[in-house]
Amino acid sequence: MKYALLIYAAEKDWAKKSKEEQGSIYNEYMAYTVELKKSGKLLSCEPLDPTSTATTIRVRSGKTVPTDGPFADTKEQLGGIYVVDVKDLNEAIAWASKIPDARTGSIEVRPLMNVPEM
Amino acid sequence: MSQAARALDRIFRAESGPVLATLIRVLGDFQLAEDALQDALTAALESWSKDGLPASPGAWLSTTARRKAVDRLRHLRIAEAKSSELALSIRLDQEAHGPPDELEVSPVPDDQLRLIFTCCHPALSREAQVALTLRLLGGLSIAEIARAFLVNEATIAQRVARAKQKIARARIPYEIPNRDSLATRLEAVLSVLYLVFNEGYLATSHGQLVRGDVVADALGLARSLSALLPDEPEPKGLLALMLLHDSRREARVSDEGDLVLLEDQDRTKWKRPQIEEGVRLVEEALRMGRPGPYQIQGAIAAVHAEAPTATDTDWRQIAVLYDQLLHYERTPVIELNRAVAVSFAVSPVEGLTLLEGIERTGALEQYAPFHLARADMFRRLGRSDEAQGCYRRALPFAQNEQVRRFIELRLHGTDESSARSCP
Repeated sequence: MKYALLIYAAEKDWAKKSKEEQGSIYNEYMAYTVELKKSGKLLSCEPLDPTSTATTIRVRSGKTVPTDGPFADTKEQLGGIYVVDVKDLNEAIAWASKIPDARTGSIEVRPLMNVPEM
Repeated sequence: MSQAARALDRIFRAESGPVLATLIRVLGDFQLAEDALQDALTAALESWSKDGLPASPGAWLSTTARRKAVDRLRHLRIAEAKSSELALSIRLDQEAHGPPDELEVSPVPDDQLRLIFTCCHPALSREAQVALTLRLLGGLSIAEIARAFLVNEATIAQRVARAKQKIARARIPYEIPNRDSLATRLEAVLSVLYLVFNEGYLATSHGQLVRGDVVADALGLARSLSALLPDEPEPKGLLALMLLHDSRREARVSDEGDLVLLEDQDRTKWKRPQIEEGVRLVEEALRMGRPGPYQIQGAIAAVHAEAPTATDTDWRQIAVLYDQLLHYERTPVIELNRAVAVSFAVSPVEGLTLLEGIERTGALEQYAPFHLARADMFRRLGRSDEAQGCYRRALPFAQNEQVRRFIELRLHGTDESSARSCP
């Protein structure tokens, strides 16, 4: 059986933490990742850039409407994810706008964080 | 500021946008490009006041900025720069040691288009698009943008920084959109420029009616856009619209600082050369056979501009143009403007009927111009009690001090005329 473990956390709280606190949490994450990797149970893991880099895509009446910022509506629920490797944001938006749920729901496009050691 | 310093300031403002646009492409980094340009401007200030202006200030600034970028990257390299920056620094180093004629870099017009489309990318918020456009293309300082939009400097600085960070991290491409997406992407650019113009021209909730520097910036950007996209009619339409509005700038405000309605303006104060250019641009754009909302608004402004007196205005033509505009944008404000045109073309009674239709939607309840238009139609029918009621409804929604004074004058005026009509 496969599961997705989705992480929800307050970005503001992270920014308020001291460098030392951030470092210790980062190390904890690293240790956890190593443990999971060693167990052979990890399929993939992708830390995300902060929501300030997010763009939300909606397709309405055949028109792609991008808006700055993360998805922020509580009427809809997370239903799945695609991770794509494309040239730039325009290409990511083009693929996002083809997802069937873009016509009625929203697709948040968020860059993956570049963490080489993960 | 001395005369020489003012001249330099003018050149800096004119050259900064194009030079920066090319630097961003060459360096692939907004921040590095801005810092390098700043270094080059500092160097220019010293060198030009000593040796005089170079033959091509733009090329001088580009070339110097590129050298400054190499210097900055060398420092970064010492401080263990990232590998991509290292590679770039080596490439720039090699270029800097190439033959001198290859070293000369001139701003490339396509780069300005790249920068315009990047600043107005739909993945950025409208506020960020406006601030970035004014900062990077208009050459306004953070403080000047803050003043123009009545927002504090820290907010604007943060908005610009955040937008630049998003461009870099989310990888918004630095490119001119392809043919398929040009039309939709252009819409965003045009509306940013028009918003900037209106902010300057109307100066909402501002003591001043017109802010010249912001207007000049918007006009300059619309002019470059229309020159950079000569086959597109809408940028010409927007430039025409701005020129035609701006031609009335002097006549729009009385000596006492009061707002003067179009019909009451002294038309000898309208700037003829600007009107002629605006009318010519509208005609040029419409001949391309692809009408759009800015061309139509430009045409409406042209009809007003060509009427020697207010009573000569071809209101029938204006009403027809508003009908066409409604095909593109069905907004209550355009419906209001059409009702005003009909009130002159047909009769105030017809106009009032159309306004009732808008009132039922409630969309313009808090929009002073709606109540003012209605008041004016009642006034023209001699129904001064109803006119007064409308002026009073407009008062709490006056957009700025001048409009408020205008309404108070009218309230006072109607009082007087109704008092006079009493036996």
